[in-house]
Amino acid sequence: MSVPLLALAGLVRRYQADRPAVIDGLDFTLAAGEWIAIMGESGVGKSTLLNVIAGLDRADAGAVRVDGVELAALDDDALTLLRRQSMGFVFQAFHVLPYLSVGRNVALPLALNGVPEREIRPRVAAMLVDVGLEGMFERLPRELSGGELQRVAIARALVHRPRLVLADEPTGNLDPKSAAQVLALLGRAVRAHGGGGLLITHSRAAAASADRAYEFDGRTLVPLTVP
Amino acid sequence: MRPAASITTALAVFAAQLRDRPLRLVVSVAAIAVGIALAAAVHLINASALAEFGRATRELSGTADLAVRGTKAGFEESLYVRLASRPGVRVASPVLLREAALVAGGTLPIEGVDPLLAAALRPELYGELAGLYVALLAPDALVLSASAARDLKLVRGDWLSLRVGGLERRLQIVAVLPAEATARRMGLMDISSAQWLTGSVGLLSRIDLRLAPGLDAARYAAELQLPAGVDAMTPALEQARAGNLTRAYRVNLDMLALVALLTGAFLVYATQALAVMRRRRQLALLRALGVRRGELRLAVLVEGAAVGAVGGVLGTALGWLIARLVLSLQGGDLGAGLLQTATTRVATPPLALALFIALGIVVAVAGAWLPARRAAEVAPARALKAGDEEAPAAVRDRLVLASVLLTLGAGCAFVPPLYGLPLGGYASIACLLAGAVLLVPAFVAATLAHLPTPRSPLLALLLARLRNSIAQSAVSLAAIVVSFSLMVAMAIMVHSFRDSFERWLGAVLPADIYLRVSPAADTFDLSTAAAATLAAVPGVARIELRRTTQLSLAPAQPPVMLIARALPRSGDSLPLVGYPVATDPTLPVAFVSEALRDLYGVQPGGVLELPIAGRAVRFGVAGLWRDYARSTGSVVVDLASWERLTGERRYTEASVWLAPRAAAESVRTAIEARLQGGDALQVIAAGALKQRALAAFDRAFAITYALEAVAVGIGLLGVVLAFAVQALARRAEFGMLRHIGLRRGQVLRMLAGEGAFLAAVGVGYGLLVGLLLSVVLVYVVNRQSFHWTLDYIVPVGQLALVALVLVATAALTAGISGRVATSGAVVRAVREDW
Repeated sequence: MSVPLLALAGLVRRYQADRPAVIDGLDFTLAAGEWIAIMGESGVGKSTLLNVIAGLDRADAGAVRVDGVELAALDDDALTLLRRQSMGFVFQAFHVLPYLSVGRNVALPLALNGVPEREIRPRVAAMLVDVGLEGMFERLPRELSGGELQRVAIARALVHRPRLVLADEPTGNLDPKSAAQVLALLGRAVRAHGGGGLLITHSRAAAASADRAYEFDGRTLVPLTVP
Repeated sequence: MRPAASITTALAVFAAQLRDRPLRLVVSVAAIAVGIALAAAVHLINASALAEFGRATRELSGTADLAVRGTKAGFEESLYVRLASRPGVRVASPVLLREAALVAGGTLPIEGVDPLLAAALRPELYGELAGLYVALLAPDALVLSASAARDLKLVRGDWLSLRVGGLERRLQIVAVLPAEATARRMGLMDISSAQWLTGSVGLLSRIDLRLAPGLDAARYAAELQLPAGVDAMTPALEQARAGNLTRAYRVNLDMLALVALLTGAFLVYATQALAVMRRRRQLALLRALGVRRGELRLAVLVEGAAVGAVGGVLGTALGWLIARLVLSLQGGDLGAGLLQTATTRVATPPLALALFIALGIVVAVAGAWLPARRAAEVAPARALKAGDEEAPAAVRDRLVLASVLLTLGAGCAFVPPLYGLPLGGYASIACLLAGAVLLVPAFVAATLAHLPTPRSPLLALLLARLRNSIAQSAVSLAAIVVSFSLMVAMAIMVHSFRDSFERWLGAVLPADIYLRVSPAADTFDLSTAAAATLAAVPGVARIELRRTTQLSLAPAQPPVMLIARALPRSGDSLPLVGYPVATDPTLPVAFVSEALRDLYGVQPGGVLELPIAGRAVRFGVAGLWRDYARSTGSVVVDLASWERLTGERRYTEASVWLAPRAAAESVRTAIEARLQGGDALQVIAAGALKQRALAAFDRAFAITYALEAVAVGIGLLGVVLAFAVQALARRAEFGMLRHIGLRRGQVLRMLAGEGAFLAAVGVGYGLLVGLLLSVVLVYVVNRQSFHWTLDYIVPVGQLALVALVLVATAALTAGISGRVATSGAVVRAVREDW
């Protein structure tokens, strides 16, 4: 039996001892090649779940395994390396560095992973073609629209071919047309690179772009049918 | 929105932000307060000392309209007879001022007066002596002021022993004046007794005149036909003369104190500019809600004014307290030894205090001016867009304005002194500094452009960030550039001065032991007999005698020092500036100091008239000599000429050369034992004398170092604050970098690297600007203030150490700011909209 890309077992995250747990005994697995959406009300713990999976927040109980690696066994440096090599992130607010060109923003993960400069440029150029930003390597972020900025962020999240892509409300700041384009691109790109991904969203339309959708209530992920 | 309402709303938004993050407010207020406090303290201490001097002058001359004064040695009392009988003179009161050496140690100023005449002019002082006139006529009767009695622990009926010309004299205290009569520490005697006691029979120090009503005192003084070296001055002129003596030093200190304030202004500028950058969204929101550009600008200025007002009030109060503390601890002298007064009263001129508060507001508003303009320029639609960042302000084309200021600064350096002050030099420094600050962005950009792109992704990221934030970097560097460049300039000036001074001491103190009749004691002279005794002391190979005395060359100027010593016509033994010139061989030669040349327009090759022995004597000016001891001017003449002109054989100083193998200390002790000059005679080895002189020099400049240190501290605070503010503003960026795989340590190292790099650029640029300013300080401000030239020397080690400390502190601070900004905020940081 193959090892799941992501496995959560009895995951608990509690912020205060006298308050109910935000995540209370969650079990879940994600196979390689899957692109799923997680919906839920505000404050239910969707982002907390994403952070725990990314190793940016620690679980109080239970286990998180990425490609079979137990995160609790890793120290901060090892978690950082895991994120650097195996994960990609897309944020609602883009977080594209304003002082780097589009190409250099996308190249960041490659540079951090020690990819030689001669390889970086063609890989970034190819990635920019993939996300529809061909020829924009030298452009500065302030010259781009919101949709284009999010494409840069997606290119950055995928350029180093991560195993797991985590996207938190990636279309929250975009108009419907741009949102649809970004979601289609994200799903296609995740699948194309052979990894898997989680999409946190409030939007049913966004959820519909994923392979499967779930409603998160803090304890379980309930399969959801979206049109 | 109505204007008032919109400004109030904008201010309410700003206030809420400040409440949320009060650090910026606290630092801005503190910077203004410290700057104002220093400026106010220095000004109030000097003002208090001058006011005390004025009080003493008024007390001395009482209700007199004119004071006729000679040199310290005095003038013939026949002048009194002539003046007292002049028409228009209602009262003429003769005074003899002497400093007596006490057997128990120390000295006591003694004032000899005619009690009846003096009481007419100074009833508040001599009115107390009613009933004691007869007792005071006794030759050994002395009246002590309350402070003198307290200091000497004497009461009425006690005896006080003085040493006069090697002999001991005893005086009986016949009365002690009440404390309210005078604050001065002094003794009063009948003038005849005082003349006899101090060996000054036939001499007077001053004559106070009250004129008939309606007479113009100044015009009357001009008609008096006084002998050479004797002046008649109104009390106002006498006070102005004291002011002239200390003015250059006081103004320089005031300017130095203002440096701290100027740095504070740059700090306000930096904090406001950074705040405007951070508040971009909020400012855009206010614009979108209907606040006009002008209203927004005004709101930022009002905020600046409020900071200035609070800082101004706090700073003025703090300055007053510092002044009070300093006055109670060390009197009114701030190091130059020119204003030694016993005052502990702080002058509290309401207008000056109000001006300091206003200065705080002006400085803060000036600091907020450019940021306010920038706030008004924010484009609302663009700034409110998600993901928008402020476009990196291109290095603005300020080259033209900078060039104008630099040219103006260079031109001002050639302006001659105005009102005896180096105002052109100050203007030059201000223009050069302003021009240099305008060029900071260009300098940073040029430096960054010349750096190769590093292979390390971390360094590449750092460099990209720096290249994109030149405007922010320039803002945060302004304060450090200003304070560090001024510190560099001051350090070079002081170091050049100290080095020149040390070499000058070596030149003017070539002997092994020096004897000096205490300048405070008038009751001991080195006579020819004493000189013979000195020459006969075992171990003494050779002696050289000198006579120093003060001469008044112009009523409004402080007296100049005449030094009569063995002097060849070539001036060989003097530290000369340039070469000696030929003079009229029929005239005795004189070498004048640079100060005397500047103040009286005397040039080598010309003729100088000196009032000696009551007549004007012509000397051929054979050259200039460097004199760091007297900024009011000095002249050196040959001792033989002096003795011939005056017939005097009394000396005030002597140099002693030791015989081979003679021990300096034993010879020194033997001289003290043989001459028995007591406290009135200082016998000191050359080494100790040099050390004492250098210690006095260091004391004089201690306050300048302290003021500079505060200015640099404020500058550093500006950098620290800029890093802290920027680090907090960049939390989301750090959060994203942590998400994509940067370790926290790497982020912190990146920040520390940024801090170190920016500080190094600021310090490097400050060093260049400082070198430029130091040339103005050494060759213009110092030259015009004190009238002496210096050798230009750069204290490389000292400057390198300060530069290193500044860069290390900046790196450390940037790292600490980053630690705060990255602590546990990774998750939350990326959720914040940036």
